[in-house]
Amino acid sequence: MAKSLFDKIWDAHVVKAIPGGLEVFYIDRHLIHEVTSPQAFDELQERGLPLSRPAQILATADHNVPTRNQHLPIQDPLSRSQVDKLTENCEKFGIELFGLGHQYQGIVHVIGPELGVTQPGMTIVCGDSHTSTHGAFGAIAFGIGTSQVTQVMASQCLLISRPKRMRITVDGALQPGVTAKDIILHIISKLGTGGATGYFVEYAGSAIRGLSMEGRMTVCNMSIEMGARGGLIAPDATTFEYLQGRPYAPQGERWTQALDYWQTLYSEEGAEFESELTFDAAAITPMITYGTNPGMGIALNGSIPVLGTDGEAASFDKSLAYMGFTPGESLLGKEINYVFIGSCTNSRIEDLRAVAAYVKGKHKAEHVEAIIVPGSKMVEKQAIAEGLDQVLAEAGFELREPGCSACLAMNDDKIPAGAYCVSTSNRNFEGRQGPGARTLLASPLVAAITAVEGRIVDITQYLN
Amino acid sequence: MEKFQTLRSGVVPLPIENVDTDQIIPARFLKATTREGFGQNLFADWRYQSDGQPKADFVLNNSRYHGQILLAGKNFGCGSSREHAAWALYDAGFKVVISSYFADIFRGNALNTGLLPLQVSDEVLQGLFRQIELEPETQLVVDLPSQTLSIPVWDATIGFELDAYKKECLINGYDDIDYLVSQKDAITTYEQLRKWVF
Repeated sequence: MAKSLFDKIWDAHVVKAIPGGLEVFYIDRHLIHEVTSPQAFDELQERGLPLSRPAQILATADHNVPTRNQHLPIQDPLSRSQVDKLTENCEKFGIELFGLGHQYQGIVHVIGPELGVTQPGMTIVCGDSHTSTHGAFGAIAFGIGTSQVTQVMASQCLLISRPKRMRITVDGALQPGVTAKDIILHIISKLGTGGATGYFVEYAGSAIRGLSMEGRMTVCNMSIEMGARGGLIAPDATTFEYLQGRPYAPQGERWTQALDYWQTLYSEEGAEFESELTFDAAAITPMITYGTNPGMGIALNGSIPVLGTDGEAASFDKSLAYMGFTPGESLLGKEINYVFIGSCTNSRIEDLRAVAAYVKGKHKAEHVEAIIVPGSKMVEKQAIAEGLDQVLAEAGFELREPGCSACLAMNDDKIPAGAYCVSTSNRNFEGRQGPGARTLLASPLVAAITAVEGRIVDITQYLN
Repeated sequence: MEKFQTLRSGVVPLPIENVDTDQIIPARFLKATTREGFGQNLFADWRYQSDGQPKADFVLNNSRYHGQILLAGKNFGCGSSREHAAWALYDAGFKVVISSYFADIFRGNALNTGLLPLQVSDEVLQGLFRQIELEPETQLVVDLPSQTLSIPVWDATIGFELDAYKKECLINGYDDIDYLVSQKDAITTYEQLRKWVF
């Protein structure tokens, strides 16, 4: 029977199926960070269990690290204690750690791919829902809770049921100014925040094929925002070219063997999917969100919908009240005070290049605070090597040090209550960027133009 | 994990859809390195003003409603994978969350915490919201061995779905770790036999 990409990888990782539908599922790579791992290490020790496969775990500090003065001790005692605890646990259990100050430190979903740790055909988990990012390489990657972090530590396996399969095909050519971020925001706005719950999504079609690896990561990253367990894309020449020569990618003979295997990873003609959706790439426009979940997105030059009085109305009204918007209105012309460019969705070198290319020779509006937080030390280093730091500084953008930063505001990078922030991150939930903060999700290009104009504009008129 | 068999309790209604885990427990409260104490910050930004005073209009601050069952709008627990959300609900005294559907990661986290995510049809959910609004003292009975939710005031009992293994775990207070560790031989054999080794 014709097999899907998802089934090929999933089947290869089933250790044992148990009656009732659950399976003992093997995990190749386990990524950990300071926030969701301490309780798991404690649980392991309380039960007197050894760490099963330390060599298959990789750790970094990203969620609550400061993005200024990373060479100094962390000021916030709670954040410092969490980061210290990670260091202590990694030393105790023999886990490779890219902590603050390390040349490879960064957001866990940025460093895995850029180091070549993430590879096609793998199963990858992390106590973080945006683990779906790694699916861009044709891997089954998904977020888990802390109890499951303990399970993987104890056994290198999870006890889980197989999700249903969905394929989302995006065919055609993208309009100017439309990016990977717009593709995924468009898809989520059509499916809604729970539209893919219970599914694992394969993204396919010429518009997806045409994306760079970084663009593919942006798409897969936000799979969870429509409820999907994860998202993945079949590996191809773009994937292999990206991986070759990366520090943790296979080398020499191993590379040739890997390539032979990776080339078998695609959905065969006639493979079954419980759900199939198709989108026309040419119909996608630059997007922005207006509400308090990522499904509440519209075309940048569109209008906020007007809902009837069905069951969803109360939640919709609550959301718009929080945002200070009214049904039916356009966002064009709205004054914006903060622009955040960063997060595991959009903090890679191509994102920084796109921003720098637009703002070169321009300056941010006076009332805007614009911060750019690179996804990793490697991205930061590359940006400096290309002189992007100078371009950004001259345009009034502040280039910070790597971390999750204002995406979830666990550190000092918070948006004040009531203020609007155009953000390249992945979640516009109430209070996500700080209590009372109002987040509008968009692409790095939309964010850059907004920072310069100081208000939301129809970007199609600002492109060269 | 504590055992769960049956529960007879009042209900706290939260008729909001797509409640994400950032609302259940905001990120700034995730800095603890233990599992305890998250209950005091459950729904912190909906429950308290910035000065820490309770917001009178939030359901947890409304003396009309109390109980160990939270009744919530569809797609409860979406967003972040933080298990702290399930810990916070459990720590605050909730043993069951009823909704018309749950986000996948939250459902798994709840079951691993000993908190039962009980899925009902949208129709039943809306009916329960109306019932609790009219008679806030309404009691529900959740019986795990028979997988039933009883609504005595309606003289109704409805079944709910739950994976058989997960049900046994909850009833007996077991979690997945013991089972997985017991599979050590099968896992080692798998590692030796698999075709592609990363």
